[in-house]
Amino acid sequence: MTQTLPERVDVVVIGGGVVGCAVARELAGQEVDGRALDVLIVEARRDVGDGTSKANTAILHTGFDATPGTLESLLVARGYDLLGEYAQAAGIPVERTGAILVAWTDDQLETLPKLLAKARENGYDAAHLVTVDDVYAMVPALGPGALGGLAVPGESIICPWTTVLAYATDALARGARLARDLRVVDVRPGPADTEVVTTAGRVRTSWVVNAAGLGGDEIDRMLGHDRFTVVARRGELLVFDKLARPLVDVIVLPVPTAKGKGVLVSPTVFGNVMLGPTAEEVPDRTDTSTSEAGFDFLLGHGSRLLPALLDHDVTAAYAGLRAATEHADYVVDVDEAQRYVLLGGIRSTGLTASMALAEHTVALLRGSGVDLRPRAGLPPASRMPNIGEAFPRPYRDASRIAADPAYGRIVCFCERATRGEIRDALASPIPPVDLDGLRRRTRAMMGRCQGFACGAEVSSLLEAGRA
Amino acid sequence: MPETPRSEACDVLVVGGGPAGLAAATTLRARGVERVVVVEREVVAGGVPRHCAHPGFGLRDRHRAWSGPTYARHLVEEALSAGIDLRTSTMVTDWADGTGVPAAWTTSPIGRVRIDPLAVVLATGARERPRTARMIPGDRPDGVYTTGQLQNLVHLHGRSVGSRAVVVGSAPVAWSAVLTLREAGCRTVLMVTDADRVDVPSVAAAAAQVLLRVPVARSAEVVRIDGRDRVQSVRLRHRATGRVASVPCDTVVLTGDWTPESELARRLGLDLADGTPGPVVDAALRTSHAGVFAAGNLLHPVDTADVAALDGAHVASAVAGWLAREEVASPGVRVRPGRAFAWVAPGLLRPGAGPAARGRLLAWPTQYVRSPHVRIEQDGRLVAERALPWPAAPGRVFRLPWSMVEACDLAGGDIVVGLREA
Repeated sequence: MTQTLPERVDVVVIGGGVVGCAVARELAGQEVDGRALDVLIVEARRDVGDGTSKANTAILHTGFDATPGTLESLLVARGYDLLGEYAQAAGIPVERTGAILVAWTDDQLETLPKLLAKARENGYDAAHLVTVDDVYAMVPALGPGALGGLAVPGESIICPWTTVLAYATDALARGARLARDLRVVDVRPGPADTEVVTTAGRVRTSWVVNAAGLGGDEIDRMLGHDRFTVVARRGELLVFDKLARPLVDVIVLPVPTAKGKGVLVSPTVFGNVMLGPTAEEVPDRTDTSTSEAGFDFLLGHGSRLLPALLDHDVTAAYAGLRAATEHADYVVDVDEAQRYVLLGGIRSTGLTASMALAEHTVALLRGSGVDLRPRAGLPPASRMPNIGEAFPRPYRDASRIAADPAYGRIVCFCERATRGEIRDALASPIPPVDLDGLRRRTRAMMGRCQGFACGAEVSSLLEAGRA
Repeated sequence: MPETPRSEACDVLVVGGGPAGLAAATTLRARGVERVVVVEREVVAGGVPRHCAHPGFGLRDRHRAWSGPTYARHLVEEALSAGIDLRTSTMVTDWADGTGVPAAWTTSPIGRVRIDPLAVVLATGARERPRTARMIPGDRPDGVYTTGQLQNLVHLHGRSVGSRAVVVGSAPVAWSAVLTLREAGCRTVLMVTDADRVDVPSVAAAAAQVLLRVPVARSAEVVRIDGRDRVQSVRLRHRATGRVASVPCDTVVLTGDWTPESELARRLGLDLADGTPGPVVDAALRTSHAGVFAAGNLLHPVDTADVAALDGAHVASAVAGWLAREEVASPGVRVRPGRAFAWVAPGLLRPGAGPAARGRLLAWPTQYVRSPHVRIEQDGRLVAERALPWPAAPGRVFRLPWSMVEACDLAGGDIVVGLREA
């Protein structure tokens, strides 16, 4: 992908993940001295949301179990409300499934009241302890041996891919620019502005926002700091066939103890069942491979949690890398002299906290004397194509098919993705550049046959659309 | 004003326009059934043979050795001239709520249509299980295909693949993959099989093996795929030694490991067979749901296309009987796979069902047995035993006389069909 960078902008947001895109969207909705803020997102990968943001547990967290008093706790709680509301406007699939933490040992059972107290301390009052009978009533297919539970009705599932795309699409609609497939190699703050040097040229900017996720510490060091080190923590996940979906209607969370965080089972907005994650620190920050040991570990947990799940085929196996640091909280700071905002160490809660982080960034800039004001007359939230199961999809919408027969031409049979949706994705403001990108936008080839039937046609459509 | 979905009725709804579905529809029309609708989700009907370039199609039902596409075309033409209502690019996406014979919701470019049939024939076929279901870990690059996807890419879309392929599996379908790869200019650098021997059943495959000089790694499995954007190598583990070796390649083809395309059968809550998640049927191809029938590789993943077509012809008499309000049979006795078999089909012995299609019970061997003795047991008693002159080999269907099962007691317990070496 070749692209020309603008000569100068007001803000460069480094990182087009869920945090960077949320920040860019928010900033592009602001003005200074009556002039819209000029925002540029630079993304090292070929697509937005292609790093940590694409591979996570896809849960919209209430923040009930955050450490009280941390910035993370505040922003997750705030972000939960903001994203929940935005998702409705933008058409991001969200299902209010609720969650249940299941205790399997006495140790875990004793932890539940403490978690309840913590939830209240975090300002979340809807959680409540439930008996073992209640647990099995909620999840009849749960394996034997549960001792009790804590219900967290607010926990929800969300489509992480549509979320990033909605933010980025909105940001562009508000005038922001996006450059993909280029790496930042240096950031040089000067007295008046900062030069951001990339593999595809240079750009001058007033402000820099570091939302580089796994690369956040490297960018931070380019600006002369030494505040944190990112440790890539790999989480492998298994997604099971849609036929398994009736087995579990709520998110089944493990009880975190000193021994570890455990493995969860959750429905997905695509109508599958997800099992994971593992947690393993890996030296290579790009190593999203899955492993035999990871599979064995997950299947072992799965067979105890939800034995019938293992009767079903795995339709996706992937690994995400979380940007863990040595700090217990997000590493968020503003440097007024360098005109630099750091959004570091945003780990798995970043999806939920993303809009609150964006709001917080605006507050940090205002606190640094930038006179940001919300712009009037912004375009409404972009309405994203729905790829969730709980909402009407084109293939079953008689009116849409009547208006445009392409929505009646199912290309991917397993996922019911239509030619109309694939065409729309290819013509969208942020088109996919590869099969993975197309999958995240349409679900094509994401199903149980993995392209046995449609792979060739989808590849041809992608190629024709890119040309 | 939102568009309201259309609704229509028919005598028989056949789901799937491959060999089984087309043959079923043609035969039903020949028997005088009026409105036979065949729903095919692909743009072109004909099923898997459409992208199988090799010859040998139609041996048992047409006494010809056509190529796959020619065979598929003949089946379609015959069905059309028999007066079936063939709807391509049309997919049954859901079953409507309700009791009795299920109504189907279909989607096509024409719109959303509800079809209320008097009988349903499921002929949705089978496919290979992909990498995810086989749980092969590693990176997730492009260049990993099933044979079906490979044939589609090469034969129907004229696309290229890589230049060095590793083919997983050694059944006939694996040799078919090797030939398709060669046509696409891709050399097979290694064939990997977890079997301890390579079964080459046909003259064509034997010739292919000799001519193509494909090295074969036996008793080995692919335990990892490496490469970020494109496949760079696979890692093999040898079963006996546990040794892992890396093989550079840019293409991986996963062959065989068939599974029925059974979503619609399962969403109807049909009783399922043992060892394969397709519906269990009796010899007349009746499922556990009155008025719902099944035929083809949905029941026996996979036998050849002509056997699937003969299934289709066979199912027609039970369907016609149902339409004429013939009495529905008793629950019957389950026929289950025993030693050395993964599944057997039909999996139900019911009175009045008659003999199975072609008088054969089909079974899927899990191991190679050179001189097999078939043993039929019921309630722990040996009911029948017979030596069969042909070997049993994984990767292709083993056929035995249905009459061996018919000797069982219809009031007894489960029937178990197994093999032992003579």
